[in-house]
Amino acid sequence: PQGLSGARLQPLCVRSLSLTSSRNALESPPARADSTFKVTMVPGDGVGPELMTAVKEVFKAGDVPVEFEEFHLSEVQNMASEEKLNEVLGSMKNNRVAIKGKIHTPMEYKGELASYEMRLRRKLDLFANVVHVNSLPGYSTRHNNLDLVIIREQTEGEYSSLEHESVAGVVECLKIITREKSRRIAKFAFDYATKKGRSKVTAVHKANIMKLGDGLFLQSCAEVAELYPKIKYENIIIDNCCMQLVQNPYQFDVLVMPNLYGNIIDNLAAGLVGGAGVVPGESYSAEYAVFETGARHPFAQAVGRNIANPTAMLLSAANMLLVLSPQNQCVSVCVSLCVCVSQVRTRDLGGYSTTGDFVRAVVANLRHRPVY
Amino acid sequence: MCELNIWGGVGGAELRGKRSVSPPPAKYGGRHTVTLIPGDGIGPELLNHVRELFRFCCVPVDFEVVTVDSSVVSEDEINNAVTAIRRNGVALKGNIETNHNLPPSHKSRNNLLRTSLDLYANVMHCQTLPGVQTRHKDIDIIIIRENTEGEYSSLEHENVPGVVESLKIITRVNSLRIAEYAFKLAREKGRRRVTAVHKANIMKLGDGLFLQCCKEVAAGYPDIAFDNMIVDNTTMQLVSKPQQFDVMVMPNLYGNVVSNVCAGLVGGPGLVPGANYGKNYAVFETATRNTGKSIANKNVANPTATLLASCLMLDHLGLVDYASMIRKAIFKTLSETRLHTADIGGLATTSEVVQSIMREVQKTGPLTSEYI
Repeated sequence: PQGLSGARLQPLCVRSLSLTSSRNALESPPARADSTFKVTMVPGDGVGPELMTAVKEVFKAGDVPVEFEEFHLSEVQNMASEEKLNEVLGSMKNNRVAIKGKIHTPMEYKGELASYEMRLRRKLDLFANVVHVNSLPGYSTRHNNLDLVIIREQTEGEYSSLEHESVAGVVECLKIITREKSRRIAKFAFDYATKKGRSKVTAVHKANIMKLGDGLFLQSCAEVAELYPKIKYENIIIDNCCMQLVQNPYQFDVLVMPNLYGNIIDNLAAGLVGGAGVVPGESYSAEYAVFETGARHPFAQAVGRNIANPTAMLLSAANMLLVLSPQNQCVSVCVSLCVCVSQVRTRDLGGYSTTGDFVRAVVANLRHRPVY
Repeated sequence: MCELNIWGGVGGAELRGKRSVSPPPAKYGGRHTVTLIPGDGIGPELLNHVRELFRFCCVPVDFEVVTVDSSVVSEDEINNAVTAIRRNGVALKGNIETNHNLPPSHKSRNNLLRTSLDLYANVMHCQTLPGVQTRHKDIDIIIIRENTEGEYSSLEHENVPGVVESLKIITRVNSLRIAEYAFKLAREKGRRRVTAVHKANIMKLGDGLFLQCCKEVAAGYPDIAFDNMIVDNTTMQLVSKPQQFDVMVMPNLYGNVVSNVCAGLVGGPGLVPGANYGKNYAVFETATRNTGKSIANKNVANPTATLLASCLMLDHLGLVDYASMIRKAIFKTLSETRLHTADIGGLATTSEVVQSIMREVQKTGPLTSEYI
């Protein structure tokens, strides 16, 4: 599949990205062409609000029947509390789909080790994070025609928020790996690969050092791999993987890994194709899907300066449309995005356009699209 | 190279009140004795080339070879190696393979070596080498990685079946020590900026402590600028704009990832040497510590990393002239003669490259002229 328009043109079952047949049974009434979809929106911090505005403008221009329910949850702006979090969760239970920006985690320890973003993920059990690393058509980098999928376990691992200082000056951080969650993410990865017609899944680990922890992860992946004889399964150590990604990223297809390595590799791969402004990502649980950018940064330095690249968020929004209703409108949104990226470039891609310019270009393209 | 464990200091002040007795340097009649651990994979053949080259150049270094068999479960062999290094103070080693199929109580031999000798600082100097084709140019980064604690504590347990806890330990003492080392090295080399790499937004106590220690040490070096960056952003920046980094200091796992990314940026694992420094001992090896099992004994491995590591060792021993002579010959072979092994895109064999280096030394070195 080349660049952006790969799997998107094939019809997909709505919401069947969740994996067992039982889950399909509890779907809401089938999507109708004239129904409006309600989607939860959490703009987050930094340039999040600006990017969300871009999404809204583009959707309006494309006549997309999506209604957004906004919630401003932010730890750094002191707008976070248990009630707000519960409001967001309630909205999610109804809508099932959300689009969000990055909720920034302050670095100081204010008495709570788990950030709001982590808590949201845990409460919704968004265990799988999928980042699509595709080279943008029309924008060449040092590595062209890249097509990777990075699947990251998002709820346990190094992000367990379990730390303590039992002896003064000695801190212990716990990294938790469980068989159940490792199996779950491995199955997700293989099912995803099967669905998208991918041929290889590579597990990334550091089991030579963390023998029990990453050893368990690796073992779970190997067990699940046996159920998928048509898909090739390999594993690679994280340090070698990073080096290979920099030298020859074409050898990888789908990568699956625990939390911290996923964070590092997501960002590394995003850097290969053009940076954080270009890569879309989504998080899945059994019932919910949350769409966001692949490399999650609030980018506070760009707030108010109109320089952030909305491509990642718009691509993610297009993916969201695909899940909600795989019909003409999402295809045209994608196509107009493709065209714009090659012509209108924001600062991070070496051009001089502003966020506003880019959005206007996409809107103009959408208005002139052929309507069937 | 850095002389933080200067031999002159050993003897009087050091021996008093110290638990481990460090013997005087093993230098007799102008000849040094160095421990050589061949390791597995490509280690033995490359270290043989090092010995050949040293003999040819009449370098006054004798090697005491200590083999460590990676398949043996008992720890006697590695303890012998550690004692040998305690005797001689300096070692040159290949990577010892860690067999994954043995039980988790069988610790990584390389790790045991590092922790027993308390080689707390791993220093890797990543430079774009002349004559090697890479996608990035003008890279000159020094990476200082804490080598003994962090995620490599090998402390794991399975309290509940299917749930593994791995402990990551960060201590104040070790963090202060590595930060002190980093700033001292930066000052000695005339570097202007030190960047601490961490993930303190998620591991608030652990990496928070590391960051705090770095800040404290930075206050004592006002001539050197200090900043910090989260590891995911670091990897993205390294892939897009590596020229912005100068000296980087970080805990163990991030060091592993970042050093492999940088090795990939400058041309691969066959080009970069690494050094492990402790208070009293120094061990030199390739930076990315690869065993290279698949290319062992095929005469295709790139000897550059191992040869440059031996040059670092010569610098450490004070034989600076020999070191620069060999280094010049290596760079000449890479850039003018352009004899490249397969990993950097050429067709030469290991022995051809080493022969070419020896020819260069013969052309320029006055030391071998009487032998022609």
